[in-house]
Amino acid sequence: MSGYLRLEHLVKRFGSTVAADGVSLSLERGKILALLGPSGSGKTTILRLLAGFERPDAGRITVHGEDVTGASPVSRRFGMVFQHYALFPHLDAGQNVAFGLESLGVKGVELRRRTAEALALVDLSGFERRRIGELSGGQQQRVALARALAPEPRVLLLDEPLSNLDPSLRERTRIEMRELVRRVGITTVIVTHEQEEAFALGDLVAVIRRGRVEQIGTPEDLYGSPQNSFVAGFVGRASSVTGSVVAARTGIVRIRIENAEWDLSSAWSDPPNESARVMIRPEALRLVLPSSQVLSGKITARRFTGAQAFFTITTAGGAMVEVSAEPEAANLGDSVGLVPRDRGIHVFELAGNEPEAGS
Amino acid sequence: MKSKSNRPVTHQIAAAAILVLLVWLVAYPLALVSLESFRTSGVPSLENYREFIRHPNEWRALWGSLWISVASVALSAAIGIPLAFLFSRYEFPGRRPLGALVALPAVLPPLVGVVAFLFLYGETGFAARLVEHVFHRREAPWRLEGPAAILLVHAYSMYVYFYLFTRAGLAAIDSSIVEASAALGAGSWRTNRRLVLPLLRPALTGAALLTFMTSLASFSAPYIFGGGFRVMTTQIVSTRLNGDYSMAMVETVSLTVVALLGLFAIERSGGRDRATGGKKGTAPRAKPIRSRFSRILVTVLSWSFAIVLLLPHATLLLLSFVPAGTWTVEAFPPQYTTRNYLSLFHEPERLRPLLNSLWMASGAMAAALALSFAAGLVVVRTSARGRRAIETLLALPWAVPGTVFAIALATLFGVSSPGTGRFVLIGTLWILPLAYLVRNLPITSRALLSGLRGLDSSHGEAAASLGAGPWRTLGRVTIPLLRPAIAAGATLAFVTGLGDFVTSIVLYTWDTRPMSLEILSSLRQSDVGAAAAFGVLLMILSAAVFALGSERTGAAS
Repeated sequence: MSGYLRLEHLVKRFGSTVAADGVSLSLERGKILALLGPSGSGKTTILRLLAGFERPDAGRITVHGEDVTGASPVSRRFGMVFQHYALFPHLDAGQNVAFGLESLGVKGVELRRRTAEALALVDLSGFERRRIGELSGGQQQRVALARALAPEPRVLLLDEPLSNLDPSLRERTRIEMRELVRRVGITTVIVTHEQEEAFALGDLVAVIRRGRVEQIGTPEDLYGSPQNSFVAGFVGRASSVTGSVVAARTGIVRIRIENAEWDLSSAWSDPPNESARVMIRPEALRLVLPSSQVLSGKITARRFTGAQAFFTITTAGGAMVEVSAEPEAANLGDSVGLVPRDRGIHVFELAGNEPEAGS
Repeated sequence: MKSKSNRPVTHQIAAAAILVLLVWLVAYPLALVSLESFRTSGVPSLENYREFIRHPNEWRALWGSLWISVASVALSAAIGIPLAFLFSRYEFPGRRPLGALVALPAVLPPLVGVVAFLFLYGETGFAARLVEHVFHRREAPWRLEGPAAILLVHAYSMYVYFYLFTRAGLAAIDSSIVEASAALGAGSWRTNRRLVLPLLRPALTGAALLTFMTSLASFSAPYIFGGGFRVMTTQIVSTRLNGDYSMAMVETVSLTVVALLGLFAIERSGGRDRATGGKKGTAPRAKPIRSRFSRILVTVLSWSFAIVLLLPHATLLLLSFVPAGTWTVEAFPPQYTTRNYLSLFHEPERLRPLLNSLWMASGAMAAALALSFAAGLVVVRTSARGRRAIETLLALPWAVPGTVFAIALATLFGVSSPGTGRFVLIGTLWILPLAYLVRNLPITSRALLSGLRGLDSSHGEAAASLGAGPWRTLGRVTIPLLRPAIAAGATLAFVTGLGDFVTSIVLYTWDTRPMSLEILSSLRQSDVGAAAAFGVLLMILSAAVFALGSERTGAAS
């Protein structure tokens, strides 16, 4: 396993709760990794282990081959942007940015130059003398970013960096931040509970649950090939339906859901007659006329979003499935049939991973 | 999530060192006094307690302490609570300056306040002379003596606790609560009774506790005005002065027991830690008084009250310009001079107490701050064992009257026995600063602990991630962020030490005599001008420190 930043089998317990349960991750230099998970999943703990604020009970962290597992936060030279920024309120913006440079022994003209450069990087040139209380939320966020970047850390850690911003500001800041991190070319780990944020910022996204990495991959991988029902449900929208496996052969599994049988591409390896969890993306089903051969039901809810609408279909057997289609495709109360398209439906074992509501 | 200690061993060593120091300075002296009270001529016995029970004087003093304290609470509440409502809820000309002025008695060190009262309302004070002149009487129309005089002084100086606590409590009540009550059809009387008073209960309990403890520990007022009436604090000092050390210890123990019982009873009744409702939103705005008559009445009464409040200060100031022996029968002093002040700085004899008070108060303050800060770091930032014990020991001197601690320290440091941690410090330069230090600990530690608890731990982590080591983080981040707390603690601690009379009178030596004792001795020599000048100086110093402190507190927030 290669990688500039590597986490190997990290374990961290707080009393009886296991916040990190054998976490292994690897990140190439200059790449951005997003840790995505619901609150309490342990993603912040992983970030704090990386920063050195917590010591792992087991496991190893290396940067460029150097073991920093036991290194103090001071010595590991990781930059961090805190969720509430943790700017020093008694220092002005320039002094905040200069703080980390002073730790490195940078002085005088050089200090002023690099402080100004860091502020320019976040578009805050000339803001040196501003008091923290005078800055807007977005400006504070950028000062925090400049402060973390100024000492040229080896790794940048971002803890929910956009959560304190207004929704309107958040999207713009997200784009700016991604460009900035790209431009600086710094290896970055970002923690977020918002899928959209993780997808927009991360080259790689690791889905975390109960202290474990459920899956790591590109946003496309996670959406297109979730490895379990939790990932399928947490990343993007998906309806969960129970079916039974009629037949399985390499790459294809035949699933019976109520009166319908679907052939789905899947790596199912267990014998037939097992129950399975079928996760269906809204765009994976087509609305057709109801018949005895297709899965049929009634439209019990319709949510209009503009270009398309989401229809909730309650089947004869009581399952609830969400389907996206043209807004005029059907009306509330219509009886419809459902036919699968060739992708967007994933089959998993029923036991174990319960899906959780995605965002 | 609390960051776990990285070096638990050093943390544990620090905790142990602080614990040992606190046990030695706080718990040990008290334990020693309790122990010694059960010994007669070196042999364990109950003889001292039998003696105590046999003497009705002792009982009377203890009872006097108790009922004076309860009455002080009632009187202070009766003055302070309505005032707080008036100044918080109603708008009238002069509300803001008067509202600040009303807290003025807090600036008067206890002994100075008592002396000012003496000059104002005493037999030879202004008020008495005025009555004599107006009604052509030969003798003073009253004597400022006994329980009534003590209560007068207590009410004057302690209603401030109720006033300030109630105002803070009222400010913390969200106006939407009051509005919701009005929307549900409750009139202002019902709203106050059903909502505001219950929400104020923690604040009122706090004020009651503070008043009770302060008046139980009060020494200056009973000492100057008591006459034949004894409370336990004055009883202890006079018993000790008479050389009956064993009885003084029994008295000390009895007063401590009453103090702790009072503390327990009031804490039990109060539910001090109850939430004061939602913290969001704003306090209700002051309403203008509608009726013209009421507005004028309230304004006139408030201004008159403010003048009455200011009279002691004014009296002191006026008398500080009176030459010794020139004011005999006139209503107002006939001559004025600045000599009292000049001699204060020119005569080494007079300058000495001022310098003594300054260095002892600042030394004790600095030491208390340092110790509280170290203890605070251990309590708040580490998971070392013994943190609760440290916190309790820091707060303990508050629950024990100053006289008790003075006797306890005198007992501990009156014997040389290095093996048991006892050294002779009585009669040296060190005993008074040490006593002030112990008395400062609850003040400084309360400020610093709450300051440290209020700090966002991510600031420290941010500093660490920016490469700052522990010392740089402390100096550049933690201490600057704590400045308001440090300023608040330092101010109160310094002023307490500067004006201290209770512990000083038991422990002082000629070389370390503080200002309070110089005031007392000037008074004994009927040098009213000198006593007043010292009083004014003490008052100005205290006020200046308060002003400086609040500026610091304000600037950093």
